[in-house]
Amino acid sequence: MSVTTLAPISARRRRIDAIMRGSLAVATILALIPLVLVLYYVIKKGIGAWSVDFFTTDPTGNFLGDPGGIKSAILGTLEIVALASLISIPIGIGVALYLVEYGKQSWLANAIRYFVDVMTGVPSIVFGLFVYVTLVIGSGYAAWKGSVALALLMLPIVARSSEVVLNLVPDSLREAALALGTPRWRVVMRVVLPTAATGLVTGALLAIARGAGETAPLLFTASLINATNFDLGKATNSLPLQIFSDVQQAQDRLQQRAWGAALTLVVLILVLTLVARLVARRRTV
Amino acid sequence: MSDTTRRETDPVTDGASSPGLDTPGAEVTTPPTQAATATGHTITLRGLNAYYGDVHAVRGVDLDYAANRVTAMIGPSGCGKSTLVRCINRMHEEVPGAYATGELRLDDLDLYGDSVDVVSVRRHIGMVFQKPNPFPTMSIYDNVAAGLRLTGTKGVNVRERVEDSLRGAGLWDEVKDRLGQPGIGLSGGQQQRLCIARTIAVEPEVILMDEPCSALDPIATLKIEELIHELKTRYTIVIVTHNMQQAARVADTTAFMLTGEMIEHAPTDKIFSNPDDERTEEYVTGKFG
Repeated sequence: MSVTTLAPISARRRRIDAIMRGSLAVATILALIPLVLVLYYVIKKGIGAWSVDFFTTDPTGNFLGDPGGIKSAILGTLEIVALASLISIPIGIGVALYLVEYGKQSWLANAIRYFVDVMTGVPSIVFGLFVYVTLVIGSGYAAWKGSVALALLMLPIVARSSEVVLNLVPDSLREAALALGTPRWRVVMRVVLPTAATGLVTGALLAIARGAGETAPLLFTASLINATNFDLGKATNSLPLQIFSDVQQAQDRLQQRAWGAALTLVVLILVLTLVARLVARRRTV
Repeated sequence: MSDTTRRETDPVTDGASSPGLDTPGAEVTTPPTQAATATGHTITLRGLNAYYGDVHAVRGVDLDYAANRVTAMIGPSGCGKSTLVRCINRMHEEVPGAYATGELRLDDLDLYGDSVDVVSVRRHIGMVFQKPNPFPTMSIYDNVAAGLRLTGTKGVNVRERVEDSLRGAGLWDEVKDRLGQPGIGLSGGQQQRLCIARTIAVEPEVILMDEPCSALDPIATLKIEELIHELKTRYTIVIVTHNMQQAARVADTTAFMLTGEMIEHAPTDKIFSNPDDERTEEYVTGKFG
């Protein structure tokens, strides 16, 4: 065939191309349907429950009459998740720093990597049970015990995402700093961490978002109460548990409150994820 | 001959508390002034071997780097010239599984001595890398000051030192109005001169350059080469290069390496016109490599 007659795309290839593109589009739409439906129902059912009182009053616990709002649940979730973040984020980043900067491919580092992976796959209720057995039995529920259970869940997420981000810091920067005669700890503190900062923040925020929505680890650790509580040593309400409890009630008012609380939780997590996205957009790594 | 075999196991070392090299004024508080280094410093290699695990990359090299001279290291890819240079400031051992044996001295100091802190070695022997590597989170000013800050150097007027170093690297006039801007915003050639400024800001005795121009265009390369001529009045310089014209332009002496061995080290003119070894002649005339 001479170069002046370039072959046209065959009809068969056009047909297969159209079919494959079509089926991929259908698969994408199928995957989106449940997501859209969930959001649709949460918003449709939840928005009606929202009012000023809904956010500013505690659940009353009255079987009849006004059920109250979800103030204690929102504040409880914030407390528990904040403490869980304080525990899991520094340790998680520490683990990642060990793996990337010191352990590298040693057997210990590889063993830690393996266990972190295993921990990522452990069902969240197992962490709740573990804390229940080790901390709760004999001394009762407390917010901090819920935080410990959430921290166990968040730790592998933080460690894994931080490891990925730290690995993205070019070795040439570490070499540059080391060749200047910088002690390794200062290379880590002044060069590696600042370069990876935005990525580390993103990973941490995603772990927080994950932890905030968990019900099972709090079920037998922080418990479910009505009143707002700021004492981390006492049982504390939380959004997921409030939803869990309300949705089992036979009364419309309580079911309504469950939807409202669900929407609140979704919005909270959405805001966190958006913040993570915004931070990630400016990332320098 | 002290024969040391080591691998960095615990790199967490604080320079301030380390024994360091027994050089007068070597410690972080008062780095040696330029006046003190005017006499120049030599590097001596005796029976240097370098390994990557089982791979024997540098094989029993003896070499003397003269004070205030530029020595070029040439040879085909994989001949061990970069590895050898990275042994001089002990960056070689940063590679997992890599280690070196033999004797390596800065003047009379054994760089591989048992009690020597690698951090201290690197403060005396600066390095410029193949690819410009300014710190992306730092401004031009902070990049040059980074060496002083990262090494915890005290008692230095940082602002003056930054200006002196940028002038020394021939970059001052181009950046003096935008010192606060990110270092990575500069062109490749400017970034490399920024890295040179960062290196000379800590006032080392020796500067190692590992193919410093291979990522640069010819004009930027020319500027770096001019800079090398100026720098050798203050420093002993070792430059690894793939470019034989560059070696001929900048180096006082040239060392030719092949498969990890030192074949010949002689004045640059001699290496390129009348080398003793047949293999050197074949390489510099382009018969292989």
